[in-house]
Amino acid sequence: MIEIKNLHKSFGEEKILKGIDFVFETGKTNLIIGQSGSGKSVLLKCMLGLFTPEQGTIEYDGDAYSSFNEEQKRDLRTKVGMLFQGGALFDSMTVEENVMFPLRMFTKTKKKDLKDRVHEVLERVNLNDTGQKYPAEISGGMQKRVAIARAIVNRPKYLFCDEPNSGLDPHTATVIDNLIHDLTVEYDITTVVITHDMNSLLEIGENIAFLKDGVLAWKGDKTQIFKTEDETVTDFVYSSDLFKKVRVAQQRGI
Amino acid sequence: MNYLQSIGEYLLMIKGVFGRMTKGSVLKELIFKEIDELVVGSLGIVAFLSFFIGGVVALQTALNLSNPIIPKSLVAFAARQSIILEFSPTFISIIMAGKVGSFITSSIGSMRVTEQIDALEVMGINSLNYLVFPKIIAMLTYPFVIAISMFLGVLGAYTSAVLGGFVSSEAFITGLQEDFIGFHVFYAFFKTFLFAFILATIPAYHGYYMTGGSLEVGKSSTTSFVWTSVVIIVTNYIVTQLMLS
Repeated sequence: MIEIKNLHKSFGEEKILKGIDFVFETGKTNLIIGQSGSGKSVLLKCMLGLFTPEQGTIEYDGDAYSSFNEEQKRDLRTKVGMLFQGGALFDSMTVEENVMFPLRMFTKTKKKDLKDRVHEVLERVNLNDTGQKYPAEISGGMQKRVAIARAIVNRPKYLFCDEPNSGLDPHTATVIDNLIHDLTVEYDITTVVITHDMNSLLEIGENIAFLKDGVLAWKGDKTQIFKTEDETVTDFVYSSDLFKKVRVAQQRGI
Repeated sequence: MNYLQSIGEYLLMIKGVFGRMTKGSVLKELIFKEIDELVVGSLGIVAFLSFFIGGVVALQTALNLSNPIIPKSLVAFAARQSIILEFSPTFISIIMAGKVGSFITSSIGSMRVTEQIDALEVMGINSLNYLVFPKIIAMLTYPFVIAISMFLGVLGAYTSAVLGGFVSSEAFITGLQEDFIGFHVFYAFFKTFLFAFILATIPAYHGYYMTGGSLEVGKSSTTSFVWTSVVIIVTNYIVTQLMLS
């Protein structure tokens, strides 16, 4: 569980996060949604320790990040898996080497055991025969799955995903969403997903934080978000024509 | 002010490079990979340039020695001095700023653009140490490239001067050994070590701290080449003043 209390972050005079409180629950896919510039990425970077907040705390399973010494911070980072928007796979390494990378860096496991674990994880994300390929030789969806495999290979306690569906077709996006959800349940981890994708809300929105102008404007789950009458949320959720039509149909009882 | 800020950032980067170390076994592999890419990969162009520039230096000297009082062995002496003192250590380093420097800037810059550096940081890895330290260690072997360049430069000079019929083989060998000062070789290799450090770190700085997209990667590579060359030339001047004057 990750608990955020009264989190503030500014860049110069500009206040980005203005006192956010939220609990990201373990075993659930926690979604952060909001328009561009609402503070989602800054919140994520604060949680990852890449930005230091001016005020407020971030607690990982009850322990405040700000109270950690350098060794504890490093230790925490070994328990974090991160899926970047573009995958952030290392171009110079094969798929297998990419997935093996966190294990090589932080464990003293024998190479054979490392390979076994890598194959196990690649099989879990349905990428059995791509181990020897380079990232440039596989599709965007496959790259995302490799990035997920790399993020979970170390059996993390916390998984962060920054717009995992960006640039993917709807079918592949659903595959990625379901994979993230299934892994969250299977590994019993705390997963935090930043997304703009309304399909992701429908698919995996078990605990949703809606940010607007640096404040938590709404929280709930996927069933609640499509029923809420809160205009700040509906303006965002029903901004696409498709969802507008769905809403009209819902209101007409179709 | 921007220059001062850049110098400060560069120094902080150097501090970061020697901060928390990457796992030894991983580092060893990275160092060998960098030696292969940065040093071994440059041998061909360095050999080609050194041989032909050495040849041209000898040719130009021979063609301009029209006075019969001046001994022909001076061709070899002039070629040796210019190759050992300046051509091999300094001008090959400037060529390397274009080849190796651009490669370092663009490879690190691409990693920045595609969030690969962020991925390293999130994993708890000191990205500066992981990316730059192996390059610095790999470039410690750079003086071997310069030694090869010196040898091939002199060989090129011998070939053009002797086979071109300007100097006899004996006169060339005599000129090559004339007034030889061992300290000059030490001076050449001392500054080569400094240039190696510059070649590894300035391009790395331009790649690591770049912002933007792929267009900026190209711009950073160009800026990196300009600044690496400028720093090499200025360092060369200062070292020469301090050691030879």
